[in-house]
This record gives sequence, C-alpha cells and structure tokens, in this order.
Amino acid sequence: MLIGLSAAIFALGLLGVIVRRNVLVMLMCMELMLNGVNLSLVTFAQQTATAAGAVLVFLVFVVATAEIAIAIPIVLLLVKRKNVLDLDAYTDLKG
Amino acid sequence: MSHLPTAIVLLPFAGFLLNGLAGNRLGPRFVSLVGCGLPIAAFVLAVLGVLDTRAAGWTPRIDDVYSWLVAGDNRFDVAFYLDRLSAVMVLIVTGVGSLIHLYSTGYMKGDKSYARYFAYLNLFLFFMLLLVLGRSMLVLFVGWEGVGLASYLLIGFWFEDPDKARAGKKAFITNRIGDAGFLLGMFVLYEAFGTLDMDRINVAFLAGAPGVSATLVGILLFIGASGKSAQIPLHVWLPDAMAGPTPVSALIHAATMVTAGVYLVARMSGIYVNAPEASALIAAIGAATAFFAATIAVVQTDIKKVLAYSTISQLGFMFVAAGVGAYGVAVFHLYTHAFFKACLFLGAGSVIHAMSGEQDIRKMGGLARKIPVTFATFVVATAAIAGIPPLAGFFSKDEILWFAFGSSRGGSGLLYATMATTALMTSFYMFRLVWLTFFGRSRMTAEVEHHVHESPLSMTSVLVVLALLSAIGGFLSIPHFLEPQLALPEIVPALEHYETPLLIASIALAFAGLAGAAYVYGGAGGRAERLAARFATLHRVLSGKYYVDEAYEALIGRPLLWISDRVFLRIGDRALFDGTLHGFAALGRSAAAGFARIQNGSLHVYALLVLIGIVASISFAWRHA
Repeated sequence: MLIGLSAAIFALGLLGVIVRRNVLVMLMCMELMLNGVNLSLVTFAQQTATAAGAVLVFLVFVVATAEIAIAIPIVLLLVKRKNVLDLDAYTDLKG
Repeated sequence: MSHLPTAIVLLPFAGFLLNGLAGNRLGPRFVSLVGCGLPIAAFVLAVLGVLDTRAAGWTPRIDDVYSWLVAGDNRFDVAFYLDRLSAVMVLIVTGVGSLIHLYSTGYMKGDKSYARYFAYLNLFLFFMLLLVLGRSMLVLFVGWEGVGLASYLLIGFWFEDPDKARAGKKAFITNRIGDAGFLLGMFVLYEAFGTLDMDRINVAFLAGAPGVSATLVGILLFIGASGKSAQIPLHVWLPDAMAGPTPVSALIHAATMVTAGVYLVARMSGIYVNAPEASALIAAIGAATAFFAATIAVVQTDIKKVLAYSTISQLGFMFVAAGVGAYGVAVFHLYTHAFFKACLFLGAGSVIHAMSGEQDIRKMGGLARKIPVTFATFVVATAAIAGIPPLAGFFSKDEILWFAFGSSRGGSGLLYATMATTALMTSFYMFRLVWLTFFGRSRMTAEVEHHVHESPLSMTSVLVVLALLSAIGGFLSIPHFLEPQLALPEIVPALEHYETPLLIASIALAFAGLAGAAYVYGGAGGRAERLAARFATLHRVLSGKYYVDEAYEALIGRPLLWISDRVFLRIGDRALFDGTLHGFAALGRSAAAGFARIQNGSLHVYALLVLIGIVASISFAWRHA
C-alpha cells in the first residue's frame, strides 16, 4: 500500500520533470521524486525490521538539501541572464 | 688448429665488416689491403687445412661450431665439414677468389664506391665458403641464399642505371623460384631423416630403404640447382647478370657461385645414385641447356654475353656428367672451367678496359698487337675451353663426352652426339670471339683506338697466372682424386674399345671449330655476313635468344600483372579490403550523426530518454527475474 503510494509520488514527480517547462516547478518535481524514493526506503525498512533504510533516508535528505542549495543559485544566475524561467530558452547551453 | 674451417669462413666476413663499416673513411689503400689480404689469408689457411686433412688420411674433418637451434628433439648445428670434395671446392673458391680480388684492385681503381665493392666481394666469399664447407644442408642453404644476395648486390652495383638494377632483381627473383624447390627438398629430407647433415643423408640413402623417394628429393634439389646454375628453364638471369662489373662476372657468374648447383648434386650424390629418373632428367636438362646456350653464343655480339652463354653451356656439360653418374668428372670440369672461364672474363674485362668501356665485338678487331698480354692469355684460355690438348679443358670435356657415351648409368649415343655437337660449337664461337676481337682489321673509332692500352700489372699478372692454370690444370686428375668419395660409373663393357676413337674425335672437334671460325671470320671478309643472310630466320631466332624472355613475359609476366591489377588490386585490395574498412567508417559516421541529433540541449528530451531507459530496464528485469 505504502509502496504503491511511493511509486505514485515518484511517477508524478517524473512526469512533472518531463512535461513542465518552468525550471522551479521542475526542481520541485525532482524533490517529489526524491521523497517518493525516501518513502519506499522507510517502508522497506519497516517491513524488514532493519534500521539501514531509515538511516539512508537521512543521508538522502542531506544530499538533497545540498543539491537544492546548488541548483537554486544556478537557476538564479540563468534567470538573471535571460529573464525567463522557461527551460527551452536555455537549449543553447548544450555541450 | 681444430677450428681451422671456421677461420677460413670468417676471414672474408671480417673483411666485409672492415670494408663495409670503415672502408670509406680509411681510404682505398686500406680497402685493397683488407679486401685482398683476408681472402689470401683464407686461401693459405685452406691449403694448410687440406694438407692437414690429407696427412690424416682424408678422414672428413668435422668442425662443430655452434648449436644454432634446439627445439625438442630437433636440433640444427652449425658445423663445417672438410672432405675431398669440399677441399677441391674451398681451394677453387679461395684461390680463384683471391686472384680476382687482386685483379679488381686494378679494374675498379678510381670507382667512387671502391670500398663498397670490396665489402660485397668479401661478403660473397664468406657466403660461398659457408656453402661449400657447411655440413648441414641448412648451413649450405644460408650460404646459398647469401651468395644470391651478394650476386644481387654486385650485379646491381652500379644501381644508378635502372637497367643494371633491374638485372640484379631478375637474378634474385629467378633464383627464388629454384630455391622454393630446394626448400621443399630439404623439408622432405628432414621429415624422413630428422637431420640435414649431408654426409648422414648420403649414408642413409646408400644403405638403402631410406623411406623417402630419392627421385622426388633428387628432382626438388635439382630445381634449386638449376636456378643457381642457370639451367633451362631458369637460365634467363645469367646473361643479364653481365651488367655487374666484369671481375664479378668472372668470380660469381663463371667460376664459383653458378657452379654451386653442380656442387650440390655432387655432394648429394648418394641420392642421385638411387634416383635414375632424376639423374636422367639432370642429364637431359644439362644437354639441352648446353646445346641451346651454345647456339645462342654463336651469334652474340657482346663480348660478355658470348662468355655468359658459354658459361651456361659449360654448366650444362657439368650437369650432363653428374646426370650420367660421373660426379667426379662434373667437379673436374667445374675446376678447369673456374680457371679458363675466370681467365676469359678477366681478359674480356681487360679488353673492355682497353676499349674505354666498349663491349661490342663488331667494333673491335686487330687488338692482338696492342694488348699482347691480354691477347696471349685470352688465346690460351680459349684453347682450353675449346678442348685443344693438352690444355685443361680438353681433359675434363673429353671425360664428360666419354661418360656421356659409355656410362652404364644413362650414357647414350644421342647424349654423346648432342654434347659433341655442342663441343664443336663451343670451339667455334670461342675462336670467333678471338678472331673478331683480336685479329683482322680494326673496326674501332679513331677516338677509341687512340686510347687503347694494355692493362696495369695488377690485372695482367692475374691473367698470366690463370692462363697458366688453364694450361696445366688438367694434369691434376680430380676424378681420380675424388674417386674414393665419388665413385665413377662403370663403362658399358661393349663400348670400352671406343675410348681411343672418341678421344681422337674430341681433338678433331676442337680443331674443326677452330678451322671453322678461322674460315668464316679470318677470310677476306663477308663470309659471316653471307652466312647470316642465307640463314636469316635462324639468325634472327638465335639473336633473339629463342625469345625465352619474351615468352616468359607473355606467359607469366603479363598474366601476373593482369591478375594483380584486375583481381588483386581492383577487386581484392580496393573493393574488398578498402571497401570493408571504408564501409565500417561510414557506418560509424552516420550512426554518430544520428545519435548527435538526440543531444539537442532540451532537458525534457533527456529526462524522457532516462524514463524510457528506466522503464525498459525494469521491465527487462521483471521478465527475466
């Protein structure tokens, strides 16, 4: 039941990343995906009665926070340059 | 002095290294000293070694030097072997070789590649000694290939001239064909006996039931011999080999290297004694070669070409002797031939020297007075090759004719008739050469005539020594000396009483050739031209050397070129190999272009692809769980 919920949250997040154009919304959807995974982790931890899964979740939180701390300034710099939040405006950044 | 044979072999090699590496820096005097000194030292050692072996009652002297290769039960040793046969050969090679080195100091004086010349000549001597002294066929083969290499280098010595470089290539490639046969023969022998030591192989064959067909081995080895000794059908390289310096023609293409095939057959006589078919083939090829080469020699106009065809013809004589089982007689002719043919070639070199490089005998004449020493020695050698008694060639040639007639191992009237006709022609074309070169009116241009001069002492003294040897060399009976090792064949008893008539016939033939040449070329002039006009077709065919080169070109050369161009180059190389590789490259490039389109910078597309990837891998894992 909870696994199904976590999968649904993950899928929702992925869908959002794919279909939405707004950079901030995409970032939020990515957080949604992370949380879906986190939910599955704690669920599994509870089902198998081990602590490892729960510990891993804290690690993911830390990493996710760090990631957002990098991603938001990047977005700010991008917007400062072109004044749009639509990611399609930035395709010229491809390597 | 147990390593004496090794020392004999290595001395010329030291000369090669010294002259090849340092010769240009140390000057011509040093080059001459090393280039001639070391072969002479080798000759002295050879004499000592032979005397020593004789004192030991001619037990073969074996000098194990070095174990070349040991692989499991297979071992290949470098060992030298000095018995009666190699004693004769080693004395010829070092003796005549040293004389020709001395002559070269005069002939090649002032050449800008003087050091290179002597380095090559010493290298040749080294390989030739390896060839005649090697105990194993493998050592012999190394020498065999090495003399081929030295021959190639010296034919193309003046390689700035493309014709001469091409002549060197032709010699090398023609020899390779023969060598293929030789190699196959060695493989068969090694497979059968597990050794390549020639004395052991001979013993095994003579003991009977060797487990391998003597005929097969004999023919394979003879293919190798016919390449090196310029027998039909591999004779085409020798006339072209005259592009090299004349002393080289004398040493390599007359006295020593080209006789290696005869040496091989004599050395492996144990096989041929058991292979009457192979022996018959050798006699037939030898007779055909001797005859056809002599007919070509009759009409050649280049002094060296006449001698080249004469050499091919004389090699044919040697093979006839070997083919009827008289191996000792073959070596006897090899020995006398080395003297008189070296003398003839060196004499021709002296003539060319005097004529400022002219080789066409139609533009000579009347040289007898102007270069008397060359003339005298040339005449002696000519008389020797023509078989006029008591000069050396008479003895050896008469014995060949006798065995061709009466040997119980393949002698026949037909063989005798062919060889007798050839002997007549030999005498004729050689005296024709003498007449056109030395007698009659001078046909030189005034410019050339003004410069005619006798050669320096370094050349004439060698000519005198060789002429002396051509004169008296026949009194040393080589067949008798070799008999304990190479038994002579029985004479058919019914024919024994023909010996004296045939002896007289030989003498008559020699003088008939002399008289014929004197009549045709000595007379008031015009006789030769009239004869040529009457037999115009024959004359054209002979001048064209039976068009063998042209036939090879048409039958082998051009189809090979066609197949190389059309099949191997256009279909094989360009279409198949290049096509495949270019195809792979194009595939990679177009695939890369396709993948590059995906990377369009849109993050959404990337995310979608990631999604597809995840879904695909999960469903794959699901299905194969």
